Formats: sequence, C-alpha cells, structure tokens
Amino acid sequence: MRIPIAALIGLFFTALYFLVAIFAPWVAPYGMAEIVSRDVWLPPSSEFLLGTDNLGRDLLSRMIYGGRTTIFIATAATILSFTTGSVLGFLAAVLGGWADQAMSRFVDLIMSIPSLIFALVVLSVTPVTVPVLIIVMGLLDSTRVYRLARAVAVDINVMDYVEAAKLRGEGRGWIIFREILPNALSPLIAEMGLRFIFMVLFVSTLSFLGLGVQPPQADWGGIVKENADGIVYGIGAALYPAVAIATLAISVNLVADWILNRTTSLKGGRG
Amino acid sequence: MSLLLKLLAQRIALGLLLLFLVSILIFAGTLILPGDVAQQILGQSATPEALANLREELGVNDPPVQRYFDWLGGLVQGDLGTSLTSGKAITESIGRRLGNTLFLAFWAAIIAVPLAILLGLLAVRYRERWPDKMISAVTLASISVPEFLIAYVAIFFISVRLRWAPSVTTINDSMSLGEKLHTISIPIAVLTLVVLAHMMRMTRAAILNVMQSAYIETAELKGLRMFTIIWKHAFPNSIAPVVNVVMLNLAYLVVGVVVIEVVFTYPGMGQYLVDHVSKRDIPVVQACGLIFAAVYIGMNMIADIVSIVTNPRLRHPK
Amino acid sequence: MSDKLLKVQDLKIGATVYPPGEKPHDIEIVHGVSFQLEKGKVLGLIGESGAGKSTIGLASMAYGRGGVKITGGEVWVNGRDILKSGHGDIRSLRGGEVTYVSQSAAASFNPAKQIMDQVIEAAVVQGKFSKKEAEARAVELFRKLGLPDPENIGNRYPHQVSGGQLQRCMTALALCPEPDLVVFDEPTTALDVTTQIDVLMAIKEAIRDTGVAALYITHDLAVVAQVSDDILVLKMGDMVEYGPVDQIINDPQEDYTKALVSVRSIDHQEKEATPEPVLKVQNITARYKGTNFDVLKNINVELHPGQTLAVVGESGSGKSTLARVITGLLPPKNGTIHFAGRDLSPDLDGRSREDLRELQMIYQMADVAMNPRQTVGTIIGRPLEFYFGLKGAEKRKRIIELLDEIEMGEKFIDRYPAELSGGQKQRVCIARALAAKPKMIICDEVTSALDPLVADGILKLLLDLQKIEDVAYLFITHDLATVKAIADSISVMYQGEVVRYGGKTDVLSPPFDDYTDLLLSSVPEMKLGWLEDVIAHRKMESAGN
Repeated sequence: MRIPIAALIGLFFTALYFLVAIFAPWVAPYGMAEIVSRDVWLPPSSEFLLGTDNLGRDLLSRMIYGGRTTIFIATAATILSFTTGSVLGFLAAVLGGWADQAMSRFVDLIMSIPSLIFALVVLSVTPVTVPVLIIVMGLLDSTRVYRLARAVAVDINVMDYVEAAKLRGEGRGWIIFREILPNALSPLIAEMGLRFIFMVLFVSTLSFLGLGVQPPQADWGGIVKENADGIVYGIGAALYPAVAIATLAISVNLVADWILNRTTSLKGGRG
Repeated sequence: MSLLLKLLAQRIALGLLLLFLVSILIFAGTLILPGDVAQQILGQSATPEALANLREELGVNDPPVQRYFDWLGGLVQGDLGTSLTSGKAITESIGRRLGNTLFLAFWAAIIAVPLAILLGLLAVRYRERWPDKMISAVTLASISVPEFLIAYVAIFFISVRLRWAPSVTTINDSMSLGEKLHTISIPIAVLTLVVLAHMMRMTRAAILNVMQSAYIETAELKGLRMFTIIWKHAFPNSIAPVVNVVMLNLAYLVVGVVVIEVVFTYPGMGQYLVDHVSKRDIPVVQACGLIFAAVYIGMNMIADIVSIVTNPRLRHPK
Repeated sequence: MSDKLLKVQDLKIGATVYPPGEKPHDIEIVHGVSFQLEKGKVLGLIGESGAGKSTIGLASMAYGRGGVKITGGEVWVNGRDILKSGHGDIRSLRGGEVTYVSQSAAASFNPAKQIMDQVIEAAVVQGKFSKKEAEARAVELFRKLGLPDPENIGNRYPHQVSGGQLQRCMTALALCPEPDLVVFDEPTTALDVTTQIDVLMAIKEAIRDTGVAALYITHDLAVVAQVSDDILVLKMGDMVEYGPVDQIINDPQEDYTKALVSVRSIDHQEKEATPEPVLKVQNITARYKGTNFDVLKNINVELHPGQTLAVVGESGSGKSTLARVITGLLPPKNGTIHFAGRDLSPDLDGRSREDLRELQMIYQMADVAMNPRQTVGTIIGRPLEFYFGLKGAEKRKRIIELLDEIEMGEKFIDRYPAELSGGQKQRVCIARALAAKPKMIICDEVTSALDPLVADGILKLLLDLQKIEDVAYLFITHDLATVKAIADSISVMYQGEVVRYGGKTDVLSPPFDDYTDLLLSSVPEMKLGWLEDVIAHRKMESAGN
C-alpha cells in the first residue's frame, strides 16, 4: 500500500509526539518542576535548548512533561467521549422509538449550551483534578459523537443490505457488528481525530484559564499562562506551546484525512 | 401563510422551552454535583461556623425546587441574585460588562461576517486554484491553534515588536469611539481571525452546494451573465444556509470572547465569569452561564427562523 | 456550410477523473464525433450510460459540465465555430440560438422564483422580446403544451405543479426565446409511462409548430424513433451508426444497433397453471403507520410453482408495498398470506427460518443491496452458512457453482461490490437469493436501473435459472415490455387496487378496462409512426364517446 506523503508526515509527527509523551522521564533533560537556574527566562542555549521559564525551570523539559499531561488527558477524554457517544448513538439508531427520542432530545439540550460555558459552570462546584477534567470534557463531548454515530447508523440501517440481512433472519448482533459497524467505522475514525484535536484545545484553554491542570503540574495551556507575562518584555517562552499544539493538530488532521480517504476508496470511487 | 406562522410560533416556543430547560440544567448542575458545596467553596480548613453561614447564604437548607423557583422568579424580574464574594447585586455588575462584551463582539462580527462571505465567494470562484488552496491552508492552521495562543502571537508581534496597538485593553466612558477601537484593535483582530476561519469554510461549502444545483446550470445555459446568475438565482437560495453559518459562528464568537477577554484583561462578561469560577462564586457563574447560553440559543433560533421564512415551499404552499 | 444549422466535426471531449488513492488525471470520454443538423430537423442521439450523449448535447452550447472540457474538433452553429467564440457571443448563443431541456425539470427550476419569471428570462435578457411579449408567448406555449390553466400557471412556484407539468414548463422555457435549436436531454425518462406519452406528443407538436430544430438525447430507441428524422448511435464515446431513422430502425447495419433495436423482444410462452399455488395472497389491505389511507385495498393474487407473476403499475400504485407485505416488513391491516402450504405470520418476527429461507428478495438498486465491505464470496456464502451450515471447502465449492450459474465464475469470489459493473452486481444479488434454495423470489424492479442490453441479459438469466431451479418469481415492475418478456400471469395495479389479473395472454388481449388500455397503449413501440397512431386512436375514441 502506498501512503501519500502528507499522511506520512502526519503519521511521523503524531507518532513522535506520542512517543515523547510516553517516554517523557527518559527524554526530558531535566525534571518537570526542577529549578535549574536562578535566572528566569534565559534565552535558548546549548545547556537549556529552549531557555528557562518564569521560575528558572528548563522550558524544554516543561514542554515535554506538559505534552505528556495534555496528550494523556486528551486521549483519555476522547476514549470516554467515543465509547459513550458511539454506543449510545448506535443504540438509539437500532432501537428507535421513544428511547431514541429521549436520548436525542437530551443531547439537543446539552448541546444548546456552549461546551466551554457548561464546563466552567460545572468546574465552579467540583474539585479541579485530572479525573474530573477527563470526565467533564469526555461527557460533554460525547454529545457530538452521539449525534454523528446516530446519524451514520440511521443512514446505514435503512440500506437495502441491512433489510436483506433482516429478511434473512439475522440477529441484532450480526446486524450491528457485521453490517452497520464496518460501514460506520471510517467516518467515526476520522471524527475521532478531530475530537482528539478539540480535546487538546479544550484542555489547554481550561488550563490557561486556571481551571484545568493545576501547578506545579505542567501542561501546554498552563505553560502559556505561567509565561504570559514575559510576552510584554518581548520574551517568547509562552509561544512554544502554540507551535506544539499546531503541529500536533495538523498532523492528526492529516492522518484522519488519509484514513477517511483510504477506507472510502475501498468502496470504490464510482459515483 | 398559516403554516408558516405556525412553524414560526413553534420554533419560538421551542426556543423558550429550551431556555427554560437550560436554566434548570444550569441550576441543577451546580447543585447535584458530589460533595458539600460550601465545603468545596471554603476548602478543608473552613470552620464549622463559616460553613453554616455559607450554607445559610446559599440557601442549601431550603428544598431545591423552591430555591430554583425563587431564582427563576428573580431572573424574570431582572434580578440575577447577589454575588457571594463581593456582596453586590449581580445585575449591576453585569450590565456594564455585558455592554463591553457586546461592543467587542459587535466590532469583530462587523469585520468578520462580510469578510468571511467575501472570502467564501472568492474560494468558490477560484475553486481548486491557488486562492482557494491558500485560504483553506490558512484557515486550517488557525483552526488548529487555540484562541488564546493566537492572541499571544498577535500581542508578541503587533504590540511588543511593532508597537502598533496596546496589549492591555481597559476601556472607559471618557474615551472616544476611535480611541476605544484603537485600544481593542488586537482583540478584534484575533476574534475576527478565529471566527473567520470557521465561517469562511462553512460559507464556502454552503455556496458551493447552491452553485452546483441544476438550476444554476439552467441559468448558465440561458446565457446569463455571471453576476445575474449569482444575484438572481444563487443569492435567494443561499440566504438561508449562509445566515445559518453566520449565526452558528456568531454563537461561537460569544464563547471565543470569554478566553480573549482574559488574555487582554478586558472588562467584559467573560473575564467576570472566569474570575468567579475560580472564586467559586456560584450565583455569578449561574447568571453568566445562563446569559451566554441564552445568546447562543437566540442565535440558533434566528438562524432557524430565517431558513423557515426564506423557504419557498413554506411561503407559497400548494 | 451556412445552410446547416449545426455542424459538429470530429468533436473530442475530455474529463478530469479523481480516482481515490491516485492522482487526478484527464481521460477522453468522446473520441471524435461528427454529425450535422438542418433547420427544422430532429436528430436523435442514442446510447447507454457512459456513451457521452449528454456531453455531446451540451457541447453544442459550448458548455462542459463539472470537469468536462472540449479538447478538439469544431462545433459550427449558424455558420461560426462556437468553440472559437468569445464570452459575449457564447452568452447570446446560449438561451438565444440554442436552448436546453434537462431530464429533471424539478431540479432545473429555481425553487425560489415563479415559473413565469424563469420561462421568459432568457428571451427578455437576450433582447428577443419585451417582458410583455414574452409573457404572452409563454402563455401561448403553455396552452400548446397542454398545461392546465395556461393563463395563471406561470404564477406558481415549481413545487406547486406536478412532475409531468414541470417538464412541459421546461419545454416552454426552452421554446420561449424562439431558438433555432433545442437540446432535449432525456426529457421524459423520469416520468411514468402514461405521462411520458403526453409530454412526448406535446414536445413533438411544439417542434413541428415552431419549426425549431432539435437534438433529442435518450437511451430509449423506441422513444427517439417517434420524434427524430435522423439517429446517431453512440457507444462509449464512439460513433456506432448514423443515418435516417427509417434505416436505423428497420435496417440497422451494426451489431450494436441491431441489439438495441431487438432489445425487449425475448419470446416467452405462458406456462399452464398448476393445481396448488406456492403463494396465495388473500384480501390484503395495508396502510403505513401514522397514515389513514389504505395503500393496498383488498388484494388477491396467486403464484404457481416455477412460474412468474408480474405485478405491474406506475409509481404510487402500491406494487412495492405489496412486496413489503409479503416479506413481512409491513404487517397488513387485513388479509392472509398463504405460502408453500402454510399461513405466514403477518410480521417478520413471527416467521420461522424456513419461511425466510424459502422466500427471497432481489432489489432494484444492487449497489445498496450488498454490503460494500463484504466480498462477493461473503455475500453469497452467508446464506449457505446461515441456512445450511456449510463451511470451508464445501461452502466455497457451492459459491463457485452459484457464480458459474450466474455466468461470472470463480475469479469474482474475492472482489468487492464496487469492483463490479451494474449488471454483475445484480447477478451477485440473484446468486445470493438462489443460495437459499428458495421456492419463490420477489424481484422488485430488478432491471429498472440497468441499461436496456444489460437488463435483457438479466431477464434471460432469470428465465434460465427458473427452468433449472424451478423457482417462482413475483416480478414487480413498471415496464410492460419486461412483463411481456417474463410473465406467466399478470396483475395490473392502479392506486392500490388490482384492476386486472389473469394469465398473460388473457390480460394482454382485448377487451381491456380503461386503465390497462391506457397503460398498454402508452408503452413506446419500436415502430415509426407509433406515437401518431396512438394519439389518433385516442382522439377517435374520445370523439366516439
């Protein structure tokens, strides 16, 4: 199989980010919260590749550990959002009737509040810890996955081949797992990429607002917050996370695009 | 006409119902969550007396349904309650901040909406050619970065390096409109960029969808000029989808404002909300949350109403 | 050259294709086509899908749809090569000298504007008539085309008139600017057969009365024979045969043309009824959930083993609903279904695996009747596994047998549906139905989405398989030619009722009831002058009454 160059670049960077995140303690030159210099906001040097931050910690190490936290939270929230959303969405499509109505109207209601606002309302009364963040973000986002999964499954459920399977006498299990799921997979996987990016942006935003990952834990949004004051003195330390988030997001996008194309090409390009 | 009116009435009623349910949800969201709210707010070291006082103030001792209706009753009369931290009436603090937020959002929208539609048209006109590809590459990049980072990049280059505009944006009544606009020029630019990307992509798709219809081909085969085709055939059918796109993204703008205000310490609703989330000032959070949600629901309702009103099948029933 | 209205010389047309996983590239879809047309004459362009006929029609307006580009040749209209014309000249050509009638008028009218505005637009913009003159002319055309209330129909919006009426409005739109040439692109294909004949006649008379020339594009040779002076037969972008209509119909030279002319001429002898029917539908009345209108009213039909019952009717006749009732997808309000010596449960859940196995179904759209993620082997193999528990080599052997029966062979076993042609897909669906060894198969419009020659192949295959497998078909169709080719008995349906039922010979022999008469006489025949004969006959009858 030939992988297009754009997808290769995407795959390379996505894999790189995940590997660095997993092996952060081995990759990072210094400790996460280790104060390595008495001078704050040192410029990049051979000793500190990205310079130091607002407390004199090594910025590269902060970025690596921060990436680990950000990617971990985003991945966990995506998995939660996907399992909840797609299971309920498929169920709604196959069951139909009042169960579908009840779930769909409830999701409409949740989605009528912007998710950042909803998250802020919830975080005003709950303790801000990593598990709470994952649950809040994952459940809020599962409404979007639910809508997509339900729409895709409803479309497939009325196809003649599903009717043919029902007329053959196939059980519900065969119909969901052998007829619907294989055909719903490619839009769902592509969506998974987008949801992951959204989660990275979401958790970064919350941390930046001071309502996400709490110091001294590092994460990309928090690094921006810590070093924001430097900006007015012309110190760009707060901008490194921008580069990291953007490259990760674009790489994942490229991979998702490729997966969507590759799986649809299986169906053939006619029509 | 009666069918049209009926649908409109239904849509407005649905909007109100949604608002009502959202108010319940926001109220319940701050209520049913685990743990003692008073304990959460004051922390582990709080004295029992302080906890009891706070519980009294929050009205935790009353039944929730009664508290909800007290709150709702206040809302309907314009009373949003009292802030726990400052002890001031929330309605007073919000009034001026809401104005500031709308001021910011308004100017961002004034620039973003026409620009997005223009760029969307441009992308459709030069589809698959370099203007289209460049526009979509820039929008992909700006969608991939959170708003607050775009803001800092803008501050770093425009404000710090070039010194064109200030990075702290306090505005007050003594300033002229020009001064105010200059003060908030970077936040406007950042918001514009953020909303523009989404709006442009969706406008492009909506217009493309209309331009690929068979009736546009019919118009072309009548030998009409491009301008006539767009003005007489594409435009009437594009209103509903484009308004939809614009409204959805303005709703998005409302959320974007929250983060941007924090970055620029702009005295608006967003900053007020975020401040009080950290302080766990629940009445303020509820009030702000509801106002943001109401704006969002209102925008969606307007979008739906426009598409109902412009649907020829509903305007001219059989 | 100036006496010729249209002269096309060695026209070549290319298109950009975007195959997934590959770079987009250009291919040639029309390979050097030449023809000419005099004032007031009609040229029929005929061919199956992919022949390039619409593309050629649009090229006469210097227009390419989507990624289509004219890559070579000349197109002369009124003495100038329009491929070399400037924008301004092309604009006055389109909608002035040459106009267009599309297959789907419903999509081609702007939903947001009144019909009159759209009909007169070209004439006014091109400066041919003032608004007032154009409106008067449009009303005249509406009247000529047999539209109801010609004075006011223009004030309506497109969704407020029926499909057949809208198609006539589109013809008025094309004729309003007094063009020299009209391109008709499958104008009657989307219509029911009884509507088609009226629209066809309206178009023919309008062409005759206005003296306009026309390019008439269709896949149906019998239709084009009624309106054309000359015919150009196309296949995959190549010219096959070009000549006067009389020669093409009565003395075709090329094999492909001969095949097109003799299509639908399968000879099938009606079989004797057996004492015990395999299917007995008794007093079935049915309606859809949430409606209060019976779509089937007291239906009674029988089907004998190894025979074919054709259920024929137009859209809205209830014929597909009958299939849903028999399969158990729509439990009826009243009535019973007696199948293979037993009463079937009215709904699907109550039926045994044996009931389901013995009653199979084949769909109209083979594309969506097969799971795109399963190979041909899986698709055909599943019923073998499910009903007979076949596995491994035994299953594979049976799959190959079935593939041989449908004349495809072992090499297709690992292919995906997307890799098959339309006809091959339908064959695989037939094999899947046969794999269950059914007593009866419901065929729902199985040939309607196929090109005529391919459809013929499928019908022949079905007849052959019926002899081998001794299976009964309930054949649902709107196409009477198909009915004649395959049926032993026929049930004619109209608005949810069976209006005529019996053996094929009886049903197709006079005396007829009104609807069957209308239906039968509306099917275009491969015969010159058929349209005039029918219309004259109908006029005579209505005068007689």
